[in-house]
Amino acid sequence: MDTLLKLHQATKTIQNESDLDNTILDHLDLTIRKGDFVTVLGGNGAGKSTLFNSITGTSLLTSGTVTLSGQEVTNWQEEKRAKYISRVFQDPKMGTAPRMTVAENLLLALKRGKKRYILPRKLKEQRTRFEKICESIGNGLEKHLDTPTGHLSGGQRQSLSLLMATLTQPDLLLLDEHTAALDPKTSKKLMALTDQVIEENQLTCLMITHRMEDALVYGNRLIVMENGKIKLDLNKEEKAKLTLEDLFVLFEEEQVSPGI
Amino acid sequence: MLISAIAQGLLWAVLGIGIFTTYRILNFPDLTAEGSFPLGAAVAVTAIVNGLHPLLAMVLAFLAGMGAGLITGLLYTKGKVPVILSGILVMTGLHSVILYVMQRPNLSLLNFPRVYDVFDFLPAYFDRVVVGVIVLIAVISLLLFFFYTSLGQAYIATGDNETMARSFGIKTDRMKIIGLIFSNGIIALAGALIAQNNGYADVNGGAGVIVIGLASLIIGEVVFKDVTLGERLLSVVIGSIAYQLLLLGVIRLGFDTTYIRIYSASILAICLMIPQLRKGLRLGTLIGKEA
Repeated sequence: MDTLLKLHQATKTIQNESDLDNTILDHLDLTIRKGDFVTVLGGNGAGKSTLFNSITGTSLLTSGTVTLSGQEVTNWQEEKRAKYISRVFQDPKMGTAPRMTVAENLLLALKRGKKRYILPRKLKEQRTRFEKICESIGNGLEKHLDTPTGHLSGGQRQSLSLLMATLTQPDLLLLDEHTAALDPKTSKKLMALTDQVIEENQLTCLMITHRMEDALVYGNRLIVMENGKIKLDLNKEEKAKLTLEDLFVLFEEEQVSPGI
Repeated sequence: MLISAIAQGLLWAVLGIGIFTTYRILNFPDLTAEGSFPLGAAVAVTAIVNGLHPLLAMVLAFLAGMGAGLITGLLYTKGKVPVILSGILVMTGLHSVILYVMQRPNLSLLNFPRVYDVFDFLPAYFDRVVVGVIVLIAVISLLLFFFYTSLGQAYIATGDNETMARSFGIKTDRMKIIGLIFSNGIIALAGALIAQNNGYADVNGGAGVIVIGLASLIIGEVVFKDVTLGERLLSVVIGSIAYQLLLLGVIRLGFDTTYIRIYSASILAICLMIPQLRKGLRLGTLIGKEA
């Protein structure tokens, strides 16, 4: 399959207070093929979030390159990459504009990566479409099209964020522990919805999760990060053989290993 | 007196609207206002004294304010100078610009035409009311049109949730610059209107105007809750008139006008504390519903 994203020798160092270099990503190589649904596991400080930020352009690499669909985007700003990459954040507050209504938020998402002109926004023309999309997730969001998203529950906001991120088929979808802030039941529902949306739209996706079950059940590839590197990269077949116990053992090893 | 206060309220409301477009929509305080307001006054008065039509003078004032906003915007977004400091820097620098424009600290409009002359057949102060209403209708309709365009929605989203806005490809730096440009243009326009109302422009005319602008905003918000964007802009106008009436009341009560700024500051301070006072005293809401 075609290569969608390639990180080559990706390194990110930041200087901490005592002027010591702290390496968060350490010469990391990663290739994502079109259609991959990769789950990403790793302890705190393993570099998962920094990996995501380097892909989206939220923070730029210290050295190394990022290539997207054959084009080098290493120094592209986040706004420019947003045309191809969309993201769902862990914090439900992060994914939507709280004072704007559900419909207004969806309209913003519809224009992802497109030029926004001084022309009427044409919200009415999209209403039926938005209603239908909201109905499809079955948590009553369609009744709240004119509600500011700040008034929605965390679960509703996260499912809206997911809708917004996938409304205009992104080349790459990044999910950053997007179910972590929800209660177990809502979290499960959102995860099932996520899987369905990815399947239906045949999206390429990277998903950070702290739930090992999810990492095993979902996706067709699994990577484990540690100390800014990829410690383990399992394909579909290898992943299928992996058990929850294997993962627990893996993480226990990590905890006792020195230097953390 | 009452009509005078209403006229003042309408003219100062233009300032409130200008401040609203950054303070409430982009969610940051822009101190450039204290420089762009007297800049607008200085440019308009100088232009009129040099024989330009008052309307053209106001256009020039608007453009000058936009320039000031652009500089603040560039310092803030490209120079990464904190927004408060960017505003203070531009405000400080504008002091010299204003002196350069007027070539003196104070310039009078005595015996020169003013924009209000068009309506001089009306009774006293009504000319101000009419001009104020016309300018407000123009500014508010243009802003509302803008807010409901694709670009305007991106502008609102930038202030609402910058992280999210960027993740959807909105150029948030550009939005902030646009906001600062138009906000300061409107504020300078307010300066031009007030200068023509007072009959002079003064290099120190900007001191304390942020308090006046914020007071109209806050009074409007305390009185009217959960309103649409259009109603919110109108509430700024009503807040501005209410503020002028409050000041009039304070003066009528016999307080010395020399110390007017402390009354301004106190009125704003009280309005800002109203939500807290309501909670503390467990008072029901007199007007509007509890948020």
